[in-house]
Amino acid sequence: MDLEEYRRRARSWLEANARRSRDEDDPGADGVAAAKAFMADLYDAGYSGISWPAEWGGQGLSQAEERAFAEEAKDFTLPTYVFSIGLGMCGPTLVDLGTPGQKARHLRPLLRGEEIWCQLFSEPGAGSDVAALQTRATETEDGWVVSGQKVWTSVAQHADWGLLLTRTDVDVPKHKGLSMFVVDMHAPGVTVRPLRDMTGRAHFNEIFFDDVHIPAENLVGRVNDGWNCAVTTLLHERLSISSGVGMGGQKDNPVAFEALRHTVDTGDHLVRDQLVELYIRSRALALFNQRLAQETKAGMFPGARGSAAKLLLAELSMFQADLATSLAGPEAVAYEDDGRLAGSISLAPALSLGGGTNEIMRNIIGDRVLNLPPEPRVDKTVPFKDLKTGTRQ
Amino acid sequence: MNLVLTEEQRELRDTVRSFLVAASPLPDVRRAAESESGYDPAVYRRLNGELGLAGLIVPQEYGGAGAGYAELAIVLEETGAALLPGPFLATALATILLTELGDKELLPDIAAGTTVATVALDGDRALNGAEADVVLMVDGARVRAVRGGGRTPLTTLDPTRRQARVESVAGEAVASSEAGMERVRDLFAVAVAAEQLGVLRASLDAIVAYSRIRVAFGRLIGSYQGVKHKLADMHCKLEQAESIVRNAAWAADEAPGELPLAAALAQAYVGRACFEVARDSLLLHGGIGFTWEHDAHLYYKRAKSDEVLLGPPRIHRARLADLLEL
Ligand SMILES: Cc1cc2nc3c(=O)[nH]c(=O)nc-3n(C[C@H](O)[C@H](O)[C@H](O)COP(=O)(O)OP(=O)(O)OC[C@H]3O[C@@H](n4cnc5c(N)ncnc54)[C@H](O)[C@@H]3O)c2cc1C
Repeated sequence: MDLEEYRRRARSWLEANARRSRDEDDPGADGVAAAKAFMADLYDAGYSGISWPAEWGGQGLSQAEERAFAEEAKDFTLPTYVFSIGLGMCGPTLVDLGTPGQKARHLRPLLRGEEIWCQLFSEPGAGSDVAALQTRATETEDGWVVSGQKVWTSVAQHADWGLLLTRTDVDVPKHKGLSMFVVDMHAPGVTVRPLRDMTGRAHFNEIFFDDVHIPAENLVGRVNDGWNCAVTTLLHERLSISSGVGMGGQKDNPVAFEALRHTVDTGDHLVRDQLVELYIRSRALALFNQRLAQETKAGMFPGARGSAAKLLLAELSMFQADLATSLAGPEAVAYEDDGRLAGSISLAPALSLGGGTNEIMRNIIGDRVLNLPPEPRVDKTVPFKDLKTGTRQ
Repeated sequence: MNLVLTEEQRELRDTVRSFLVAASPLPDVRRAAESESGYDPAVYRRLNGELGLAGLIVPQEYGGAGAGYAELAIVLEETGAALLPGPFLATALATILLTELGDKELLPDIAAGTTVATVALDGDRALNGAEADVVLMVDGARVRAVRGGGRTPLTTLDPTRRQARVESVAGEAVASSEAGMERVRDLFAVAVAAEQLGVLRASLDAIVAYSRIRVAFGRLIGSYQGVKHKLADMHCKLEQAESIVRNAAWAADEAPGELPLAAALAQAYVGRACFEVARDSLLLHGGIGFTWEHDAHLYYKRAKSDEVLLGPPRIHRARLADLLEL
């Protein structure tokens, strides 16, 4: 089937099935149950894990079909928010690096929406510089024991499993002493505390690990090779965020071009031109994403160029929420209705921070796409235990 | 929709690129630009002879290669990146017009490279108007081909491309079609955007290369985030500009209904992006960028000239607003 035909079929499935509403923020127990039911339908229709290997429950198609579906899905509202971390980051990492046992155990339930995943990388002292993390994993007779704290962990309050990055050696430089694990979020010693974010709701959490036991078979990749594993996850993260895989869609986004054109006064020339600017930026990014999809289909892996798409999306999200609230005027910030514009401007910074900040994206584009000279670094050769990290007074 | 080059298209690009690198490097561009005619006819003889580029989109029955607008865009991107002086773009625009709706009499000589043609873009101002054998003068939906008549060279911002005022003498009617002219104007927008993409790419490449060799405060300047982050943003513009140009060229060949919006977007986005990148490339070079000897100002001036070539940039935004029914 060619891509256009695939797109058409996906669209007609979406038209028939994707009307269920989304509560993307904190879906609560009912919302999670509805989201799980939807994922089961999606799986049965063949639209979950489109590019994942067939032997682990995927469809065995290419990234191009994956992206084509995601693009069609942007016009709808899919209640897939709680699965976005698993589908976009944890699952693809296991596909690339997991043991056969891990793949057999985890991938199908993830794709069918039976189990929810979170990504446990960031800590209070290590975000952009995630390799500076402190959470310790110590080897025992039958596995590992983990202690430490994670933070900003999206959807962890609903998660069954987590992809956890830990320190396993403090005597070597920071990138060389990390290891990655699959961790059971229901295991004894795991405490999840939702954090109220600037929208007033809880998108993310802080997590405490107190002597949590992890079986040996849950190690992902090799011991002390966690940094390479994390880079794999982060590449998937940027690509999935920019292409919208596992994301909920744009249909009910009140600040996107299609919505704004109906709600603002286009009789005013200044307003018209601002909408034109929004159209230009939205279309420019959409076409770039489509080109990346077509390149992938043709066998060219976008790699670090995904960071350009992620950066552009973060900037577009900020721009459109900013524009929409400015166009609406005072009623955007003092309201009796559901306050969708205020919600958008409150949520807008999330994409510029989560998945790596705009500054970090620019560093990556400069270093890996343009091959510019690196910054002088003080942190690459010092043993971790002698390194300055976190927040200093 | 096709946004990725095919194998043959990549070959075409590589052929044109290596030809221009060898036959028309920037020092030669400067020499040619200062010469009597403003370009090197020997380069054009090889471009049109060995590479057959004058006849690229001319149908085979009139002696051309019958290629599509996607191929023309690839070539214009390269001639733009090389800042090739002379009437290449001018003749390409004339060829678009004649291939789409003119009478076909002029095409064989254009394809053979023996006739230099141009289009008077607004009334009587034409790219390479003084050097052209034939000027297509557009009056609403009517087009006539003018030979001879007075040609008054204009002083141009861009030293690598000349313009002239063309005396409106009687000529031979070659086309008359309102809808046809609309499409032709859209195709002009795509052609110019393709050239702009090349200028954008080349000016970004220049500053990326410089930031890998220039040292300040004991470090290569490309290692400073103040420089690196700007270059990253310029790269983002390149990625989007390329996507927009490929889409517009695809629409020109395959999806006529989508062409107007794609073409207006191409001018609105790529024209601005090209100037911004050329500007920042110049600025990031430091003082050397402000000198006549350095090439940064050539990209900068071409970028500004191209941005306003088809009219003040606001007209493309206004057209977008109309097409989107805002
Ligand atoms: C909505 C949301 C969801 C998130 N979800 C998750 C999740 O599910 N799992 C997870 O592990 N993490 C998650 N995060 C965390 C996110 O990845 C980090 O917040 C982010 O990487 C920044 O780290 P930080 O907060 O420690 O800021 P810092 O790293 O302290 O950054 C502070 C400032 O310094 C700048 N900076 C830092 N280093 C450099 C540098 N080298 N060059 C230039 N500037 C620099 C940053 O750009 C920023 O402006 C989420 C964050 C948000 C906002």
